[in-house]
Amino acid sequence: MSNAPVDNSRRRFLTVATSVVGGAGAVAAAVPFIASWNPSARAKSAGAPVEVDITKLEPGQLIRVEWRSKPVWIIYRTPEMLKQIDSISADDLKDANSEAEQQPEYARNGYRSKKDEIFVAVGICTHLGCSPTYFSEGYSEVVEGIDSGFYCPCHGSKFDMAGRVFSGVPAGANLQVPPYYYVDDNTILIGEDEGAA
Amino acid sequence: MFKNLIDWIDARIPMTRVYEMHMSKYPAPKNMNFWYVFGFLATIVLVNQIVTGIWLTMSYEPSAAGAFASVEYIMRDVEYGWVIRYMHSTGASAFFVVVYLHMFRGMMYGSYQKPRELLWLFGMFIYLALMAEAFMGYLLPWGQMSYWGAQVIIGLFGTIPVIGEDLALWIRGDYVVSGATLNRFFALHVIALPLVIVILVFLHIVALHEVGSNNPDGVDVKRPKGTVAEEDKTKFEFHEYYTSKKDILDDVVPFFPHMVLKDLMAFGVFIFLFCYVMFFNPDMYGKFIEHPNFEMANNLKTPEHVFPVWYFTPFYAILKAVPDPFLGVVAMFGSIILLALLPWIDRGTVRSWRYRCGMHKWNLIIFAIVFIILGYLGGTPGTPFKEMLARVLTVAYFGFFVALYLYSKNEKTKPLPERITK
Repeated sequence: MSNAPVDNSRRRFLTVATSVVGGAGAVAAAVPFIASWNPSARAKSAGAPVEVDITKLEPGQLIRVEWRSKPVWIIYRTPEMLKQIDSISADDLKDANSEAEQQPEYARNGYRSKKDEIFVAVGICTHLGCSPTYFSEGYSEVVEGIDSGFYCPCHGSKFDMAGRVFSGVPAGANLQVPPYYYVDDNTILIGEDEGAA
Repeated sequence: MFKNLIDWIDARIPMTRVYEMHMSKYPAPKNMNFWYVFGFLATIVLVNQIVTGIWLTMSYEPSAAGAFASVEYIMRDVEYGWVIRYMHSTGASAFFVVVYLHMFRGMMYGSYQKPRELLWLFGMFIYLALMAEAFMGYLLPWGQMSYWGAQVIIGLFGTIPVIGEDLALWIRGDYVVSGATLNRFFALHVIALPLVIVILVFLHIVALHEVGSNNPDGVDVKRPKGTVAEEDKTKFEFHEYYTSKKDILDDVVPFFPHMVLKDLMAFGVFIFLFCYVMFFNPDMYGKFIEHPNFEMANNLKTPEHVFPVWYFTPFYAILKAVPDPFLGVVAMFGSIILLALLPWIDRGTVRSWRYRCGMHKWNLIIFAIVFIILGYLGGTPGTPFKEMLARVLTVAYFGFFVALYLYSKNEKTKPLPERITK
């Protein structure tokens, strides 16, 4: 032991410096543990685009395909359904003109789709992630005067045939439209914009 | 020979000292009633969950492909697998039954008040950890309700502005609930959270024994040194750790055997009810194990109605009652945080509701009823009337805390007895 007088400021500096270095080390060591919770490379690659043949899709029919483990709906809307979409007053909808970023730019239109009849959307309620039920008819029990639409069984959110959310329900946004394009007239590629990759 | 062994151990770890301090020479108020058995029962259930849980992991397969089938395997092919699984699933619900009663006891007798704030907080942390534990455990059978319940609850985090979506993605480890989610929940359910719960229970008991048990009268049984006449002092011998700090009134008995025997009596009744559920009604009419869970998880099809298990439904009703999703989440977590803050919301100094104002009694009773009705509403499909009722009761739930804060400041209380009454 030396008899040198205690230099408090030096001691404090050393304490702080050691704590900072140790703290930085602890933070750095936490990175792998936290980052390992992110989707793995395998989960990300499972998010690859999906090709769907819609030759056999009939008017009014809904088919489900899996993309990023989520259900994606492809629906052939009848002329009556399209007419009804036009007829719904903007006041009854939360986002009638698709202003929120819930669709690619090319689906920001009245029917929220590339082709008027064919509607492509992620079939997951924008509230808490349940999959809404499709009513090809008899929807007027849910929303008066509307024949077809989607109803989420979890918390009663309601969507029209363009996936637009009705007012007064828990969901806050329209159904998400994934990026997609037509490879040819009867084949849709879901998960990618045209010209990408 | 035996004494030599004890001495040998005591010279190396404080076995006898700890036993005396916390069992045979721990002073427990003699008027502790029926409501005081639930802490003991909760401990028993915790042991049950740990033991049966270890046995279940021996046959369970934590993967999206194998989980559901391995639970069926446990139920059908593993010898007594069904008993062990039903002990575990019934134990989960039993845990919440006794914990809710235990918490209500604390509220009735003011057991959260000074100096037991930290004890209460540890209890609330146990409750939170228990909810996380139960939620993650419910995903493991990989049934439809497991899957969609998890989807909804993790979706709650997605409603947080800005970071929500990324946070939910990080929790799931995938774009939807998947095998990655199942595996991490399994790890947390069988290792991380049980460890946390056991440590918190240990701290809860240490904190309890430091400040001493409250009692139905809420009157202190330990008084400052030198304030108690010799004839009023306890005739039992208690640990010097307690007697050296305070004078102990003649209102206490040693925890062992007196309280332990009473707790064992309660345990007898409890195990009777437990066995009834376990053997005759393990799904409890779809409340303890929801019926859609007998179907394997399907990420493309949501069951017609998605509800959490009964012990979450009061908070779920609050979540649903608020129209804005994010504010709903805030209200739901807020309703639990407010409970944790009770020691500071309640500004009263009289503990037990026996001696508090009439308004307090009614406030508590109404709170309990509101909680039960919210639980009912959160577990059944909504109708416009029920939605309206849930909103009113959500306001009532928060109203309990507001009212308590207001009237407890200058409360008209009844005179406290000098000593505990019976």
